[in-house]
Amino acid sequence: MNSPDASIAVSGPAAVAVRNVTKTFPNGDTPTYALRDVTFGARCGELTMIVGPSGCGKTTLLSVICGTLAIDSGSIEVFGKTLGSMSNAEVTGFRSRNVGFIFQQFNLIPTLTVVENVSIPLILQGWNYRKAEEKAASILEDVGLGSRLRSFPKQFSGGQQQRVAISRALVHDPKLIICDEPTASLDAKTGHHALELLKKSACAPDRCVIVVTHDSRIFSFADWIAEMEDGRVVKSCPAAEYHHA
Amino acid sequence: MLRIALLMLFRDRAKYMMLIVGLTFCSLLMTQQASVFCGLMLWTSATVRNIGAKVWVFDAKVEQVNEVIPLREIEVTRVRGVPGVQWAVPLYVGIEQARLSDGSFQNVQLVGLDTATFVGRPMEITRGRIEDLRLPDAVIIDQVGIAKFRKKGITIDIGTTFEINDKTARVVALCHANRSFLGQPYVYTTYDRALQFAKPQRKMMSCVLAEPKPGVTASELAERISRLPGLRAYERDDLFWDTIWWYIKNTGIPISFGTVVLMGVIVGIAIAGQTFYLFILDNLRYLAALKAMGARMPILAAMVFLQSFSVGFIGFGLGVGLTSIFGYKVLKIEQPPFFMPWQVPVFVAGIIILICCFSAAIGLRQIAKLEPAVVFK
Repeated sequence: MNSPDASIAVSGPAAVAVRNVTKTFPNGDTPTYALRDVTFGARCGELTMIVGPSGCGKTTLLSVICGTLAIDSGSIEVFGKTLGSMSNAEVTGFRSRNVGFIFQQFNLIPTLTVVENVSIPLILQGWNYRKAEEKAASILEDVGLGSRLRSFPKQFSGGQQQRVAISRALVHDPKLIICDEPTASLDAKTGHHALELLKKSACAPDRCVIVVTHDSRIFSFADWIAEMEDGRVVKSCPAAEYHHA
Repeated sequence: MLRIALLMLFRDRAKYMMLIVGLTFCSLLMTQQASVFCGLMLWTSATVRNIGAKVWVFDAKVEQVNEVIPLREIEVTRVRGVPGVQWAVPLYVGIEQARLSDGSFQNVQLVGLDTATFVGRPMEITRGRIEDLRLPDAVIIDQVGIAKFRKKGITIDIGTTFEINDKTARVVALCHANRSFLGQPYVYTTYDRALQFAKPQRKMMSCVLAEPKPGVTASELAERISRLPGLRAYERDDLFWDTIWWYIKNTGIPISFGTVVLMGVIVGIAIAGQTFYLFILDNLRYLAALKAMGARMPILAAMVFLQSFSVGFIGFGLGVGLTSIFGYKVLKIEQPPFFMPWQVPVFVAGIIILICCFSAAIGLRQIAKLEPAVVFK
């Protein structure tokens, strides 16, 4: 088993480097520690899973990595950029260009068609609607939904919605894909298929995929696993070693 | 993202329709009631608009055109003696009782015009000739009188006779006049005959109408005449506005209409504000997702304001449109009063903008408080 610090010393190019990060939430007079001096790393070309029981700080770690939550101390580098040295607007811009999100509840806007939903990250980057929809349509075709571009999310099953969410996360070719409990709303078989699709379409040499989950059935898709407990990374190792440890 | 904002709004049909209905109703209520109020205020000054003289001279205590304190005939001569007066003629205006051939009664607004000049004559003679007013017992009656008499089963036409204070009046022409505040028909006759129709009093003349000489403005002349003891002169526009302000200050009409307009504002804020707030609440997690994906606050604010102002604009348009249809219909039958000056839609647009800003602001407050990290919860 590797020590948490050792996790940064990875063989491939480092995509995410979290160093000595502490994050607290106010709770009366005594702050609640969500992250305690966490050090964590993730590499390009790999699917890294952050696992652990509920309340251990997985989602908080994911939030600080993508810059949606400010940290109290420590530093976070994403593809060589230190988030703490950027203004809020710069972090937001960085996120829109470099981060793709897959949420637990998919968060597809119900009043937009799937092609409109998938085109949003491109529109946020200033693409015109027609070109954004063309790109969104092509990526939806890649995930097998090309014949239902003008359908609304509620007309899809959970698994299909997850495919739309994966398309939305990938449409603007982000370097970092963030997945929060991607199988939590799916049955075992559909969850398995979603991870297969994610692994196949998202994992690339210049891209880093971080998945937060407590679903042990999908651990086999990981290249690297970091286990958290009580706000700390207690174990961080290649997936193959994790199962034997 | 603005197109996305509009799609999100238009496709949430239930809330979209509720917002449109609420703002349309609010806009309709405010525009319609304000227009009826303006129409009613116009009615109060109907005599000023029907007679149309540039300078009106009354007893010094008179504050508005419908309040008549009779003057002595000699006042005409005094007015004529003021420098700058081109001409001055007497006018009689009074409410008299007309008895119809079937014995029923109808109050009429009797107007006695200067016999020689017919100054103050009706602006539109629809049948007959104004000159026939010089014939014995001759009167001219307006469209309101024709309609009111028709309701009582009597068709008024040239040659029809009725009585005013037991004296025979014969219709020699029909005219169109602005409707009076109390809805009494205007009956025009000569000044001398009007004095015969009216109940005798020591002083009979209602006012003097005057015209300034070239080079003298109406307000200058009014000021000069007002220096005469016991007289007060008004320039036409001043009399028009003083009459309206008198009704605004001395009657409960503005309070009554103002309350309804205020209700429109409250209904608008309540329905539009609450529905829009619910719309934002329903979409909060998606807006948080957009925030997480990189939508900055100015973009989200623009989306929310566009959504709010879209429904505001459509609701305002429908409300003013419906009011215009209402106005078009009622202007044909001349009741209830209706007049929509440009200030009314501008005022209502201002209120709708305030409602939209309020609705957007309470929605934006929620979005501003929103941490993008909540999408992971």
